Amino acid sequence: MTTATPKAVAAALAAQHERRVPPLGGLNATFLRLEVRRSLRNRRTLIFLFVFPVVLFALIAGPQINKHIDGPGSPSIGPYIMISMAVYGAMVACTSGGAMVATERALGWSRQLRLTPLRPAAYVATKLLTAMVLGLIAVLVMMVVGALFGVRMPAHIWVLSGLAAWLGAIVFAAFGLFVGYLLPAENAMQFIGPLLGIMAFFGGLFQPVSTMGHSLQIIAKFMPVYGVGVLARSPLTHESVDAVAIVNMLAWVVVFGFGAMLLFRRDTKRV
Amino acid sequence: MTNPTPPPGPDGLLAVDIRGVTKRFGPVTAVDDMTLSIEPGEIVAFLGPNGAGKTTTVDMMLGLSRPNAGIVRIYGRRPVDAVARGEVAAVMQTGGLLKDLTVAETVRLTSTLFAHSRPVDEVLERAGISEIGNRLVGKCSGGQQQRLRFALALLSDPLLMVLDEPTSGMDVEGRRDFWAAIREDAERGRTVMFATHYLDEADSYADRIVLIRSGRIVADGTTAEIKAMASGRSVRATLPDADTAALSALSGVDDVEVRGDTVIVRGKDSDGVARYLLTQTRARDLEITTHNLEDAFLALTSDDEAPAGAIPLERTAS
Repeated sequence: MTTATPKAVAAALAAQHERRVPPLGGLNATFLRLEVRRSLRNRRTLIFLFVFPVVLFALIAGPQINKHIDGPGSPSIGPYIMISMAVYGAMVACTSGGAMVATERALGWSRQLRLTPLRPAAYVATKLLTAMVLGLIAVLVMMVVGALFGVRMPAHIWVLSGLAAWLGAIVFAAFGLFVGYLLPAENAMQFIGPLLGIMAFFGGLFQPVSTMGHSLQIIAKFMPVYGVGVLARSPLTHESVDAVAIVNMLAWVVVFGFGAMLLFRRDTKRV
Repeated sequence: MTNPTPPPGPDGLLAVDIRGVTKRFGPVTAVDDMTLSIEPGEIVAFLGPNGAGKTTTVDMMLGLSRPNAGIVRIYGRRPVDAVARGEVAAVMQTGGLLKDLTVAETVRLTSTLFAHSRPVDEVLERAGISEIGNRLVGKCSGGQQQRLRFALALLSDPLLMVLDEPTSGMDVEGRRDFWAAIREDAERGRTVMFATHYLDEADSYADRIVLIRSGRIVADGTTAEIKAMASGRSVRATLPDADTAALSALSGVDDVEVRGDTVIVRGKDSDGVARYLLTQTRARDLEITTHNLEDAFLALTSDDEAPAGAIPLERTAS
């Protein structure tokens, strides 16, 4: 062989490495880290996820942190509101994490990703993990702010309530994915944000369900946020976790998760 | 099967092997029984007007859609498998970018998705966007974003690069720079196939041109062949009862067509044909017209089923 013809070069290019498929369908830590960083770069996200719950907490609980909700023996207002706001923050954070797929579908980024080895399931898993990381940050921010405002609780309540608020918010990560595949809109969160506020109000995050009117109490039990709210506050209130809360949470995880899966499969089906 | 399939290369693998592929969208047949082979190392232009089926074909080559009939293989693999191994990469019209990532972050993120990837700095350099690595994608011009897509396509060091209308929306200078980068890259032996409706791009950058119309390949040849075929002239005259055999026998005549009292002779020596017609026959109203690549393109790709004055090309389908 005297000169390298394009064909010979092409053959060499083909042979130069044994081409493999990436493990885990392309799921990896760098991808996840860049996704989280990108979310935190968005000013609107920052405000809704972190500033808004903190301000609400300061307004509602600030002046009466150590007062009791319902006379002596009942939980103090500060921790109660703080945990509710942590749930609210996690709810918004997880939803917005899941709803990122709406923006990415609208921009055509999901189509760009289909030119890579990233498997659709690995993409959704990354979105879910991103949503959960954002939710964790929201819970931690709220708890740090609460502590700075003077909220005091036994250590195990911090841990248990925090974990419940965070992990329970998986309902909303699923909700975000569901909406993300439903609305291919770049600004999906503008629709979802107010909706989350309404859900939080009727689900008992902004005022205890027990202080609501009778019909509102019944409505509250059907809200997607009711279950996670009750679970997160239960270490504080010492109320036994009722079956309604558990059923509520599981049912909504199934509904949103299944809905997201159906829409996801419709979206990624090759025609 | 309407198009002859060249024999596979010595290693037995064609870069692109499309056999009898049909793709329908409801009542519309976007790609109609297409057969096309591309050898490793070729630079092929896929040329046709909008709606000819270029993007549909490209989508099937990338596993984004599935044919209703026929098979598509990229280096012997199903397109989805070739994509998963980074053997084929593409710059698509429709592929979106995230506005809130920087250029370098976009490349880094994408690089994590491949089992093997070239270094981020290297592909930025080769796509000519090293200086804007820290710029947010949302602040980049259309041309810069297209170079970013090209950088992303370079990451896996693909064997086949597919470009779908890569320069649409770019200014003249942007187009020239973009093609310089592609051409430089192709010299390393990569197989390149690009879809375009710009004739000059096909002419300047491809070794081979595949003309497509209404989902069918209407001409397929080297750029030189197509230019040679298109560079003839036609002589048109009014001549009842023309002796087509005698006209065909003239030197340099490619084709003789009779339409009623009109005869059209196509060939390289239009002067000779004109001299013969005017001196040896009773021809009158003689006209000589020139063809160029543009005429060939228009004739072959216009939507009429039997385009007037179509130039017969070798390796022509249908």
